[in-house]
Amino acid sequence: MGMLDPVKGFGVTFATMFKKVVTEEYPEVKKVTAPRFHGRHQLNRHPDGLEKCVGCELCAWACPADAIFVEGGDNTEEERYSPGERYGADYQINYLRCIGCGLCIEACPTRSLTMTNEFELADDNRQDLIFTKEDLLAPLLPGMEQPPHPMRLGDNEQDYYVNGPELAKEAQK
Amino acid sequence: MTIAPDKTTDKSTEIVVPEGHVKLVIDGLEVVAPKGELLIRTAERLGIVIPRFCDHPLLDPAGACRQCLVEVEMGGRPMPKPQASCTMTVADGMVVKTQLTSPVADKAQAGVMELLLINHPLDCPICDKGGECPLQNQALAHGRSDSRFHEHKRTFPKPISISTQVLLDRERCVLCQRCTRFSAQIAGDPFIELLERGSQQQIGVAKDKPFQSYFSGNTIQICPVGALTSAAYRFRARPFDLVSTPSVCEQCSSGCAERTDWRRGKVQRKLAGDDPEVNEEWICDKGRFAFRYATADDRFTRPMVRDAESGELRESSWTEALQIAAAGLAETRDANGVGVLTGGRLTVEDAYAYSKFARIALRTNDIDFRARPHSAEELDFLTSSVVGTNPDNGVTFKGIEAAPAALLVAFEPEEEAPIVFLRLRKAARNKKTKVFHLGQFTTPAVEKTFGTLLACVPGGEAAALHGLPEHASDVVDELSKPGAVILVGERAAEIPGAFTAVVKLAERTGAKVAWIPRRAGERGALAVGATPNLLPGGRLVTDAAARTEVERTWGVEEGVISAKPGRDTTGILTALVAGELDGLVVGGVDPFDLPDPELAEKALSKASFIVSLELRPSAVTAHANVVLPIAPAVEKSGSYLNWEGRHRVFGTTLEGTGALPDCRVLDTLAVEMDADLFTQTPAASAADLARLGDNVSAAAAPNVPAPLLSPPKAGQAVLATWRRLIDNGSLQDGEPHLAGTARPVVAKVSEATAGHLGIELGGEITVSTARGSVTLPVEADDLPDGVVWVPANSGDVTVRRNLAAGHGSVVSVSGGKA
Repeated sequence: MGMLDPVKGFGVTFATMFKKVVTEEYPEVKKVTAPRFHGRHQLNRHPDGLEKCVGCELCAWACPADAIFVEGGDNTEEERYSPGERYGADYQINYLRCIGCGLCIEACPTRSLTMTNEFELADDNRQDLIFTKEDLLAPLLPGMEQPPHPMRLGDNEQDYYVNGPELAKEAQK
Repeated sequence: MTIAPDKTTDKSTEIVVPEGHVKLVIDGLEVVAPKGELLIRTAERLGIVIPRFCDHPLLDPAGACRQCLVEVEMGGRPMPKPQASCTMTVADGMVVKTQLTSPVADKAQAGVMELLLINHPLDCPICDKGGECPLQNQALAHGRSDSRFHEHKRTFPKPISISTQVLLDRERCVLCQRCTRFSAQIAGDPFIELLERGSQQQIGVAKDKPFQSYFSGNTIQICPVGALTSAAYRFRARPFDLVSTPSVCEQCSSGCAERTDWRRGKVQRKLAGDDPEVNEEWICDKGRFAFRYATADDRFTRPMVRDAESGELRESSWTEALQIAAAGLAETRDANGVGVLTGGRLTVEDAYAYSKFARIALRTNDIDFRARPHSAEELDFLTSSVVGTNPDNGVTFKGIEAAPAALLVAFEPEEEAPIVFLRLRKAARNKKTKVFHLGQFTTPAVEKTFGTLLACVPGGEAAALHGLPEHASDVVDELSKPGAVILVGERAAEIPGAFTAVVKLAERTGAKVAWIPRRAGERGALAVGATPNLLPGGRLVTDAAARTEVERTWGVEEGVISAKPGRDTTGILTALVAGELDGLVVGGVDPFDLPDPELAEKALSKASFIVSLELRPSAVTAHANVVLPIAPAVEKSGSYLNWEGRHRVFGTTLEGTGALPDCRVLDTLAVEMDADLFTQTPAASAADLARLGDNVSAAAAPNVPAPLLSPPKAGQAVLATWRRLIDNGSLQDGEPHLAGTARPVVAKVSEATAGHLGIELGGEITVSTARGSVTLPVEADDLPDGVVWVPANSGDVTVRRNLAAGHGSVVSVSGGKA
């Protein structure tokens, strides 16, 4: 131990004063994530508000952590939640289990399930960390209507899927 | 039988080919196969799986899908094109190369798969078959990795319901014809058929004839794609969600093997299990779809006791309910006594607990499992000819299949034991078993078993049987052939002399007799002595040595078991009305199934103390002092004894629901009454029963002469009636899709009778007795004159409840509404 060692130590402190600050001002300033950050899931909607989820459970099948629970349901002409025969009647993601791997997103055949950049997924009890369909569904944008309702866009199924977004835009004008 | 090359012997040793066998080479492996075996099965025995859709081991070969193509070489000359291995039988010196060794076969299979997929929609995500789909699996294993087809796929309107139960999605169909072949060959209900030609070829039904088959659910199970789906299971789960538990059907006395698939504590579907000895790979629609009764909203979850002040039932703790029940039963036992009605749907273990409870805790022989019309003659028959029979010494499903002739007495196989019907049909179709139905008219089952109807007036069956040698000696000759069987149904209890006549005929011809009840628990209840005259294991109550044996094994004092045979169901009810009995313990009994519902109602209101062990409210509940909830079949383990006497053991499907089996409830109740049953669990109950073992006492055969029947008076007819498979039964509750496939509720009379009675055929008739009347549509059939047939418990027509009449009763009949 030399005599100058304590001074050396202050030297480190002094030098750090001129470096870039790494402290995050969270939660006052929210961190902007990378654009493809794997955050909270979202269940997307068709342009008329119908759900894209068909309740196929492929996300649940793909999930390596068994975090997703889905139960299918039968669409009827009177009560339609998604185009086609089947919809996700019950949809739950357990964020205590989810590891954010994104395999569910890859599995989704309708691009219904995607991930947002929302990362604030902490709570003080387990119950609130099981997100249900109401929590996960994308918000209704202008021109959308809360299901159940019939398919609003286009003359037939082909039209609905292929030209739906265009038709919705036109309707907005 | 495969005789694979033995590795230890010298390679030059030739494989010995037994007689009736041939030797061939598959993928370089020498194999010996019986003549007539299909190539695809021989390969399968070697562990070589050839992809297939249309092939099914229990259906005739069709060669419809062409997926199983292999290269075949005969006598050194290769066949010019790949051959379908599911239609080609083995031959000596054949050299077969499957997709594993032959690039030609592999390419041919990939080509067929590509063709099958051309019009198959890409809707796996919303298809119920997804995840357990042979097409999905085999497309991955044997198909091309990409599609070269970019045109529009052929589409059809999506699903059409071909019955309330079965939905058809024609886009998904690969036209393998498994469903049509099953319906035509196995079930004999060819409602579903190939329609149209070429690219428009499709499966369909005739416009006004839905797929009304009792076996339609099997087509859903064997469909190799998602073309046939079930309305009840639609979109409920995926295969990977489901836990599959092997189970046994609780619906009828066949005891079919089933697979129960459940998710999160709820049964989602039932599938047929594979048991070649019993149900092969088929089950009826009732067994497949009727399971929602166990999750009905009105199911009892807590014990209930009748409040002394308000007189209403209120929920209570188990401790309180059991204390009140024990005190009440002890009091009534010490007064005039307690009777026990167990119902016919108990497992062997539960029925044994009732039997032991009656003998030890209630010290009575007043116990009867027959919650239906019954007779003393029936009890004699069961005691002398049925109890103690088992698959080794009695009639079996396989026995029926091998029988040269089968005589069905008062037994409607399709309605009462559908799997017996399938075996009869299979036997008649393949091996030319002659089937004789002693009944009233040519039912669908008579036609579908290629049978002969021996028509008689209801109640005249006994006389008809006695008259067989004289009037139909050919039937007696057929029945005299070794292996012939006589099958008696539960309806015989309503026909005086029928059992006597059956036993006589069996003695004369040497044919084996089997009793085929309708309910799953009846054979088991008989075996464990839930009858007035029998102790467990077929021991007669009147046999002192047998009583002592049972008392010693049970560890009770001598003389606890009464030597006096008890009362049967009607006897118990009559005694309750007369005040000779005070208390009643009732299992799952619906009073409206009993021979006289009015007597039952009177008895229930007269009894001073009633303990009801029930799943859901019944007409007993309103009178019960204590209601103890018990577990449905899926929430307990146990075993049924099927009509063959075969033990059908099953484990608990849904664990941890907290529901208690009857044997546990009775055990605890008995402890409260200072008696030990040792039936805490079904396993304990079975072990206790096993310690007793079988020791069947010899008993006298029934001897009741056939009665002389007087012809019905003007305006009257003799009633023929039996239950349909799909009817108002409480185990079918909560399943509207199944109820939709019930046969129409119509009465049947002969044209001559209609003329006599002034009935307009196609109109309505009113059948009445002093108790009441029912009105229903009527149609003509080939019944004997002076006979009217009415379904026993379908729709609004409940013969027992409305008419207090049964098979063989004389009823008034008039055209039009009452």
